[in-house]
Amino acid sequence: MRRVIFILYFLLFTLMVNAKEPTGNIMRDNGKIYVVVAVMLTILAGLVLYLVRLDRKISKLEKNK
Amino acid sequence: MTATIFFMHRSWWKILGVLLLVYTFVMGLLIEVPQNVQLEETIRNLFFHVCMWFGMMILFTVSVIRAILYLSTGNPVHDIASRQYAGVGILFGLLGYATGAIWMSYTWADPNKPIYESFASLAREPKLIGAAIALLVYAAYLVLRDSINDMDKKARISAVYNIFAFAMLFPSIWIIPRLLDSLHPGGSEGNPALNFRDASPNMRMVFYPAIAGWTLIGIWIATLKIRLKILHEQKLSQ
Repeated sequence: MRRVIFILYFLLFTLMVNAKEPTGNIMRDNGKIYVVVAVMLTILAGLVLYLVRLDRKISKLEKNK
Repeated sequence: MTATIFFMHRSWWKILGVLLLVYTFVMGLLIEVPQNVQLEETIRNLFFHVCMWFGMMILFTVSVIRAILYLSTGNPVHDIASRQYAGVGILFGLLGYATGAIWMSYTWADPNKPIYESFASLAREPKLIGAAIALLVYAAYLVLRDSINDMDKKARISAVYNIFAFAMLFPSIWIIPRLLDSLHPGGSEGNPALNFRDASPNMRMVFYPAIAGWTLIGIWIATLKIRLKILHEQKLSQ
């Protein structure tokens, strides 16, 4: 479980980094639509991390009872 | 029963949901979309706005199934699940409504007039009224539940009401809006998102994964709330 979550963190992080530090000038191409993609992915990543943390906290509570 | 409890703790479907959403967000903005004079790039809202309604419908369906299971087995876990799925369904419905309001402001409203001046004509859209009725019927479900103190009575009455609310979805969002003229797609010709003539193959490649991704996230939130509620109930009964 823990490993899977780590992989998930990593995956989202690399996606965001790739969106932010392009090799060419991808962020300025296509009418800067990639900026929107990066913003939306950041929000999605934030929401998902929140859910993952909530899930782990509840799992911990379930184990302690 | 143990099967659903087991399912709530698995992580593969949560990861699948997140990956589908990442795919939706990236591809949804980057794929080629058909050019439409009125919609232009806003056609991409199909992957977000429309998926909210699909997710809502699936969550309400799960909710009514759990309500029926509660009535047939009397297991309080089904009651908790039914309530939480309905709650997340309402959340999705409200998000669908809010995103629809934004979308319509830039596609249906007369561009030569301020948006609020078009409001009188937009507010009579049968699809909007129908969706508002459906959401209010479900809002009444929450009010009804909280107004009954006796636990068994609360669970039983709200399960029966849940079936009624689900039945009300059909006339209010599926039937009546299709009989009346509307600017909203999906009149007498059927659902435009599922109609093979209207959605391009390109868009369907993103649309179906998007529905699955959003629905899985909705189910994830609902299961978290169910687990929390079960813990809460166990604490109370100790």
